[in-house]
Amino acid sequence: MDTIALLSHSTPTAVIAYRAGVPVTAQRFLSDAKHLARSLPAGNHVLNVCADRYRFTVGLAACLITGRVSLLPSTHTPEVIAQLAGFAPDAFCLTDDRSRDIGLPRVFYPEELPTTDVAWDVPQIPATQLAAIVFTSGSTGTPLPYKKTWGRLARCVLDGARRLGQLDGRSHVLIGTVPAQHMYGFESTVLLALLSGNSFCAERPFYPADIAAAVAAVPRPRTLVTTPVHLRALLASQIDLPPMDLVVSATAPLGQDLARAVEARFHTSLLEIYGSTETGQIAMRRTAESVTWRLWPHIRLKVSSDQVFAHGGHVEQVTAMQDVIEITGDDEFLLHGRTADLVNVAGKRSSFGYLNAQLNAIPGVTDGVFFLRDGASGSTGVARLGAVVVAPTLSVAALTEHLRQRIDPVFLPRPLIIVESLPRNATGKVPQQELQHLANRHLQTDESL
Amino acid sequence: MSDNASLMQQPAPLTDVGLQREIAALFVQALNLEVLPQDIDPEAPLYGEGLGLDSIDILEVALIVSKQYGIQLRADAAENQQTFRSLRHLAEYIAAHRTK
Repeated sequence: MDTIALLSHSTPTAVIAYRAGVPVTAQRFLSDAKHLARSLPAGNHVLNVCADRYRFTVGLAACLITGRVSLLPSTHTPEVIAQLAGFAPDAFCLTDDRSRDIGLPRVFYPEELPTTDVAWDVPQIPATQLAAIVFTSGSTGTPLPYKKTWGRLARCVLDGARRLGQLDGRSHVLIGTVPAQHMYGFESTVLLALLSGNSFCAERPFYPADIAAAVAAVPRPRTLVTTPVHLRALLASQIDLPPMDLVVSATAPLGQDLARAVEARFHTSLLEIYGSTETGQIAMRRTAESVTWRLWPHIRLKVSSDQVFAHGGHVEQVTAMQDVIEITGDDEFLLHGRTADLVNVAGKRSSFGYLNAQLNAIPGVTDGVFFLRDGASGSTGVARLGAVVVAPTLSVAALTEHLRQRIDPVFLPRPLIIVESLPRNATGKVPQQELQHLANRHLQTDESL
Repeated sequence: MSDNASLMQQPAPLTDVGLQREIAALFVQALNLEVLPQDIDPEAPLYGEGLGLDSIDILEVALIVSKQYGIQLRADAAENQQTFRSLRHLAEYIAAHRTK
């Protein structure tokens, strides 16, 4: 049977993580994972919400060793947790936050794990073992599961590691501003460190000053794994960053100007990764030099009835891509934005179909649509959603509270405009122009108060 | 943006309430919030069910706070809810740490 080692660190003393700047060895990590594995309750599906990247990774390793499956939903709203419990009734939640209740039986990450060393024998995980199930929001209101085997996850991440120069024999440290539970952070910090024999920083720095401190706390070569939102904030701040050997960005395309600004200001190179929850990472580009994306080896794109599909390599089955893609060569393509139904706010992905279904499922809502506000705002350049709703008995505050139970906070509409009827045209559609007009008029009225 | 600029030229000492009001005005303007600055409850949580800010807003606010008051906010992502517990807490933090 084909197997792939849980981690590729060649010696027990190799560093796998830094916690507050203090190195943790692969031996210690393996010992923690094996001890945690013994203390997990029955139940084959685990929602691992540990905020500390080290604890998350120990939890993931404990699951892999014992054949358990990690569940990675795109958000943790009560509605989605309830759907998860229906999907996997044996699921429990592994957490390091005692203050936060979640609608699943909770197992707390132990305060202390035994320090008695276990033998240095790295578990071999079958390539066909189901390692994780990731969920997209779907378009009908029910999250769609995508099964990821250990073998295909490993193949995807190792192809990326090679392109990112992480397999050059040096000991790279990954500093991630993205959570371990998001597909990008999962692949590019947690799995990348495990499978390339490198290490990650356990903290998740947020503010520009946090990022600078986290980078300074670990040795070179350093790789910052981040997003356009954080890069814009870093550029807008007056902070000087310690030397970074590589910056990796994903979740939303980065403009070439921004990429060049990052490279110039921080004296580094920036590589952008393209992927999706369904396919995992499949392409990369050095944005400052080229707008063309290069596919991972063995991954191919094809067009079928006006839709672009990815297949081959680690992509389990032929998968429709949700972006507008122009194929420019065997292993090259250009990206021309998102398909009409897809929504991406600061790296969180949903669809108008899903958001509208959630909105219209609220008792008291008789009609309503979400829309994307024209133009991004503020220093972080994030485009926000608005919504126009017919709900004669509900206040804006009550509606917002209902929505908060159902959708991720980044999608909460601002403004949320209550109207007597939607400006639907003859075909029953609400023209975008009308919605923008409503939103602008609404905001202007607000400011003149 | 001109309102913002005129605010920046007045680093004169402010009472707690004055500073709270000033920060509230910056929030409302920068984040396009649908409330009047004086209607923000100084004790209500800024995150989640209070003012309804999310992590992107908080990053935006951090940039404003650094430009306006010369404070580089520090917190691991998990602790942001503490820093932004309420308008009053944030105003106290800024009053204690501002360099301009």
